[in-house]
Amino acid sequence: MSNKVPTPDELSKIDYKPPKRKWMDTPVEFKPGTWCYGSRPKYLEAVGMPNPRDWKPSDEDWKLPENWKEIFLEGMEERLRKYRSFRLFMDICVRCGACADKCHFFIGSGDPKNMPVLRAELLRSVYRKYFTTSGKLLGKVAGARELTVDVLKEIWYYMYQCSECRRCSVFCPYGIDTAEITLIGRELLNLLGLNTDWIAGPVANCYRTGNHLGIEPHTFKNSLEFFLSDIEDITGIKIEPSFNRKGAEILFVTPSGDTFADPGTYTCMGYLMLFHELGLDYTWSTYASEGGNFGFFTSNEMAKRLHYKIFAEAKRLGVKWILGGECGHMWRLLNQYLDTWHGPADFLEEPVSPITGTKFENTKSSRLVHIAEFTADLIKHGKLNLDPSRNDHLKVTFHDSCNTSRGMGIFEEPRYIIKNVCNHFYEMPEDTIREKTFCCGSGSGLNAGENMELRMRGGFPRANAVRFVKEKHGVNMLANICAIDRAALPPLMDYWVTDVRVTGVHELVGNALVMKGEKERTVDLRNEPLTSKESKEE
Amino acid sequence: MGALLSLSTALILVLIAFAGVKEANLHFLFGAIIPYIAIITFIIGVIYRILKWASSPVPFRIPTTCGQQKSLPWIKHSKIENPSGTLGVIVRMALEVLLFRSLFRNLKTELREGKVVYGSEKWLWLAGLAFHWSFLIILLRHFRLFVDPVPASLHLLESFDGFLQIGMPRLFITGIILLASVSYLLFRRFYIPQVRYISLANDYFPLFLILGIGITGVLMRYFIKVDVVNTKHLIMGIFTLKPEIPEGVGGIFYIHIFLVSVLFAYFPFSKLVHMAGVFMSPTRNLSNNSRMKRHINPWNYPVKAHTYEDYENEFREKMKKAGLPVEKE
Repeated sequence: MSNKVPTPDELSKIDYKPPKRKWMDTPVEFKPGTWCYGSRPKYLEAVGMPNPRDWKPSDEDWKLPENWKEIFLEGMEERLRKYRSFRLFMDICVRCGACADKCHFFIGSGDPKNMPVLRAELLRSVYRKYFTTSGKLLGKVAGARELTVDVLKEIWYYMYQCSECRRCSVFCPYGIDTAEITLIGRELLNLLGLNTDWIAGPVANCYRTGNHLGIEPHTFKNSLEFFLSDIEDITGIKIEPSFNRKGAEILFVTPSGDTFADPGTYTCMGYLMLFHELGLDYTWSTYASEGGNFGFFTSNEMAKRLHYKIFAEAKRLGVKWILGGECGHMWRLLNQYLDTWHGPADFLEEPVSPITGTKFENTKSSRLVHIAEFTADLIKHGKLNLDPSRNDHLKVTFHDSCNTSRGMGIFEEPRYIIKNVCNHFYEMPEDTIREKTFCCGSGSGLNAGENMELRMRGGFPRANAVRFVKEKHGVNMLANICAIDRAALPPLMDYWVTDVRVTGVHELVGNALVMKGEKERTVDLRNEPLTSKESKEE
Repeated sequence: MGALLSLSTALILVLIAFAGVKEANLHFLFGAIIPYIAIITFIIGVIYRILKWASSPVPFRIPTTCGQQKSLPWIKHSKIENPSGTLGVIVRMALEVLLFRSLFRNLKTELREGKVVYGSEKWLWLAGLAFHWSFLIILLRHFRLFVDPVPASLHLLESFDGFLQIGMPRLFITGIILLASVSYLLFRRFYIPQVRYISLANDYFPLFLILGIGITGVLMRYFIKVDVVNTKHLIMGIFTLKPEIPEGVGGIFYIHIFLVSVLFAYFPFSKLVHMAGVFMSPTRNLSNNSRMKRHINPWNYPVKAHTYEDYENEFREKMKKAGLPVEKE
């Protein structure tokens, strides 16, 4: 990490009082540790995005195309025509301020331009200047301002300090959704080649290899095989999953993070064990090897291009339906976008659990089942032999991920699973969970290294709630159903809380799952000793 | 600066009306022409706004879900906060529009000794609700000046509004509530630092304007009495398209009607269009059923994607070596 992150003590001194100087007169300051590097040209070239060049956000000259202003404003006009959300949200905000202290980045930084209302005003002021009569006539008095290079830089800086978590939209009396505004804002910036490297890289990788990490097919297979040997060591059971297999009943798609880095890998082991135990007729795909989609943080078109592979692969393999692993923004897209982009999924069948016979009526059109829906149904029907005491060394709390909460509403399924596989479960305070959940601080492609201070600030409210249950109940494990959470929450916990680790829900399932023919388990999926029966009785 | 500018604009408007009637004798302008212009601007302007919004499609189904989704039959579905069909959406929208459901969720976030704490914060909700409802009731009460004979429902409304039975003429509680709630909404714009920071002239101006309308209205009813019969005559004239200016309608009335005219004419060009816009908000008025029923994007277009064929062409040898099945040997 190139920037030194201040200590938690320093960072938690936050002043919410805005400065004297008006926001329009306060030029943007690129504070170290709060922004990501600019995209390298090779990544933009790989997917044909405009204006590839070497540039740094801290540079005076961003090497913009000569007619950048025209491009930006024309892009804005086009999107006002294409998205009712955008046009409406530019017009109807009354600046009541209800959203102000709902943003984790504002709570963690006190920077007034991190108030959702002001983040949107950055773009709204430009909208007023070029697209409304009052703004054209009255200018600043009407809250309008010229689009200059400095204004563009300010927009860039703050569009990449929003994790598009939509918490503010829960509280807004008109449902104004800052994610819509920053998604479109980023799309406009991408017309000028202003992506971050941390987003553009995974996008380029994903386009070519099918996944963000750029894992090639043979390596993908290898990394899963690596887990299989771990599973065999722990359970004595040999698992042989299939890859790219035609004629399987189910295609399983999950974020590539779970196949690559701890602690997501343990969740992946959980999937493998569960499917084996069920004898599920399913296949992995090395081509559709990513459920996540950093294209979504680039432009709608890029998101659509990257998610093409999901239905295409299901069709090629001739599966009946698609099962999706634990991931946040992947599930917002699978729930709210995929069928619209690439449907109708009429080559698939309405999903039915082959184990319980349950019809997943809620996904009868897009035929995409969330694994928490699938597993909760198994447990409800008594199809799994579970020993929750194998998770007795864990005191678990559950972090609702932004996208699955506010873009889907999957609250009870994961909780039902956790309560069946763990004996010790504690909820965080009501105002920090479910639809009011706080972001990990690193969503929407902000989980880079160079902006660590921003991430720690953004994750402050979440960490604070975890600290509360740690102190009250001794919680030591933070469960979630999101791969970005599994990557982003561990450093957040180390920074603010300490001694709380992070897990996917299916790692807990893997621990508790009593498999046919397994040897006596002495360690959990992390190879750590289970609480022995004797010590529990004491 | 925004506040001062707005206040002085509102005061100048009062002076214009006063001088226009008292000094320049422009009764017909202020009592007929301007109200007509204002009404026409309001109607055309709001319709234009709505058509403009409606002309942009809703490409994706993006409700903000605030409760449990409809999934397995044994999991309790939050039918209103996360609707799966039209009925749920209607109830959700009704709660939003009539009771300000989302604003009711409001919390206050504070930092205490390095800890974030959340407290209930219902004042904005209460003042907002009180303001909008009292404004509506007052507007409806004014229909007694527009129609003859006055329908029974209006008498009923008036008897509710005047239930305190204080004074003569009877005190209407909504007048008090309107002035109090607008004052609070104005006060918080000055008092809460973040709200002051984000406030534009456009935010103060309608508040001052409505305050002016309320004050002149109260003055007219309880203090500087105007000739009600003649005033009604004037207003009926406007609504029957036979405008005339009877004698004895006080100057205060012209100030009142001028401010109302300005508010109506200003409406479509300002944030006040939230009144119509709230109904069209795609995060609220859509059901979360995009996995049950395909949502169509009218501008959906084909995109360049990396096909399986491209993929296999690049990795075929590696795939074969790793024992992965391939389409072409």
